[in-house]
Amino acid sequence: MNLHEYQSKQLLEKFDLPTAKSVVAFSVEEISNLISELDSEEFVVKVQVHAGGRGKVGGVKITKDIDEIIEFAEDWLGKKFVNHQTGEEGKPVSAIMIAESTTIQKEFYLGAVIDRSSQSLVVMASPEGGMDIEKVAEENPDKIFKINVSKNKKEDFDILPLVNGLGLSSYQTAEFKKIVSGLVNLFFEKDLSLIEINPLVIDQNDSLKCLDAKINIDENALFRQEDLLNLRDSSQENQKEIEAAKWDLNYVALDGNIGCMVNGAGLAMATMDIIKLSGGFPANFLDVGGTVDKERVAEAFKIILSDEKVKSVLINIFGGIVRCDVVASGIVSAVSEVGVDIPVIVRLKGNNSEEAKKILSESDLNIISADDLSEAAELAVKNSG
Amino acid sequence: MSILINKETKVICQGFTGSQGTLHCSQAIEYGTNILGGVTPGKGGQTHLDLPVFNSVKDAKQVTEANASIIFVPAKFCKPSIIEAIEGGIELIICITEGIPTLDMLEVKELADKEGVRIIGPNCPGIITPGECKLGIMPGFIHSPGKVGIVSRSGTLTYEAVDQTTKVGLGQSTCVGIGGDPLPGTSFIDVLKLFEKDPQTEGIVMVGEIGGSAEEEAAEYIRENISKPVVGYIAGVSAPPGKRMGHAGAIISGGKGTAEDKFNALESAGVRTVKSPSEIGQSILEEMSL
Repeated sequence: MNLHEYQSKQLLEKFDLPTAKSVVAFSVEEISNLISELDSEEFVVKVQVHAGGRGKVGGVKITKDIDEIIEFAEDWLGKKFVNHQTGEEGKPVSAIMIAESTTIQKEFYLGAVIDRSSQSLVVMASPEGGMDIEKVAEENPDKIFKINVSKNKKEDFDILPLVNGLGLSSYQTAEFKKIVSGLVNLFFEKDLSLIEINPLVIDQNDSLKCLDAKINIDENALFRQEDLLNLRDSSQENQKEIEAAKWDLNYVALDGNIGCMVNGAGLAMATMDIIKLSGGFPANFLDVGGTVDKERVAEAFKIILSDEKVKSVLINIFGGIVRCDVVASGIVSAVSEVGVDIPVIVRLKGNNSEEAKKILSESDLNIISADDLSEAAELAVKNSG
Repeated sequence: MSILINKETKVICQGFTGSQGTLHCSQAIEYGTNILGGVTPGKGGQTHLDLPVFNSVKDAKQVTEANASIIFVPAKFCKPSIIEAIEGGIELIICITEGIPTLDMLEVKELADKEGVRIIGPNCPGIITPGECKLGIMPGFIHSPGKVGIVSRSGTLTYEAVDQTTKVGLGQSTCVGIGGDPLPGTSFIDVLKLFEKDPQTEGIVMVGEIGGSAEEEAAEYIRENISKPVVGYIAGVSAPPGKRMGHAGAIISGGKGTAEDKFNALESAGVRTVKSPSEIGQSILEEMSL
């Protein structure tokens, strides 16, 4: 789950990380009042959407003029923000953040993530702040400094490699230590999967300040992070993915025209890959999981077909514990119930697959049965044109 | 021989009386797995599937002398369950449950490593030595005892590999599903090491997917340490970056963890790779006939 920048900032403040003072406005009317809470001549105004790269398309403004802030809010609130990260559909803007402007002497990057290889929390810092850190990692990997922090010994880590890497003064080192401790506590207490402070800056008073933050939370831990769950802004998420999640279906929308319905995440990816290998384009990733019954197949169909680009559907199920004939009957009744009028190619493998094929071929619906995966993919591609 | 489990393995189940525990334990028992009882707190003293139920792993261990435990408890209770198994003297823990918070696994893994306990999973189909012991949710009937060791991050994709190696007549020594989470208890390398030492295993199938760098690390290991033929497949060539593809661990982030990188790493380590999972069976047969 992702947070908005203003929500991330509120979390940072809760963990005593220094930020630039800011307010959030959800309507134009409240702006004048909110700004009176700030103590600054100049302000940074930003649209609040789950996407980076906002500055390049006018989503960020630095100004001293309150009228310009109001104009910015009138322009953006209720509109869609579109850039390369959001895709064509864009993301709705329902809030803007107004922060006191900071004079920046120097910009750093500070982040933390669970490192799979070392199986520990890794805190990373780089003097190349403000930039795309992935680019730094690629072009200047020696400009990224890392330390490992164990969950069982989270008070006890050596911060020197980061301090030296950033070239901090002794005054800033004391501040930096506090910031990293706060960051580590925030990560562990709130079940984060990623936090990036970019930039962390040295301001006009030679002090460190967190100017922008990106936080991702481990979805699997939301059951114990109720306060964070309330911060979810589902308007920023793909509506079909939300609908699918209600039915415990794992769905990811893609650009192609062949709908996919598969049991198991690995097999679902493999099915997309084979479609591509056969010259077609998958419209989605969809893992129906372990229970492949009529209701779930019907819901899966509804979600797949709500994408108008879809011209054929490929169902690929490995029947293990669930028998293929049961799956086949479920597919047949779901197809007739939902009223699917495009070709449905079905490949069922495993327990009772012969029986299943019979059920599929005896139905008078637009269902084509296939034996192996390559054949199924080729049929799906052929029927999608 | 085989790896990790065989017909001597003494098994208990945590979450025994729940619906998943009941379904999969009945099937395991039918398969011939040596399941000796289960644990459900508060239900100690009862019997379930004609086997004794205990309140704790410690009680179960005392009576059954179990060395392995299969866990079906809900995600939010998995951390205490796994810790209980570790502290109760279980040597091999198979955790099927999907959805365990990453930070819970971080803690559990640290403890397991310290105590020398092996965890398979979580978020996995389990492990099977065909004809001897089935600890998981995989369909038993597609397996046959044989020569190929299979290790995989995916469930149904493992079944594809199993089905094909059965059909080409090779069969399987042991199949290990290491699971689709970012912090698996057992890595590709852990399993590859065991397959290399196992005389029954004559060839290895490795099924990876996008996300992380476990496949790249495994490729390095194979280059230096594995003398047996290996066939590799990676799922997710067509997966877009930044999107989680079902499994918690299957995500390309910051340009890292792409299928292309993983294929390249495996190929440069001398692994025969296949671009379609339907070619796994034939390819390992060819590699093993060389």
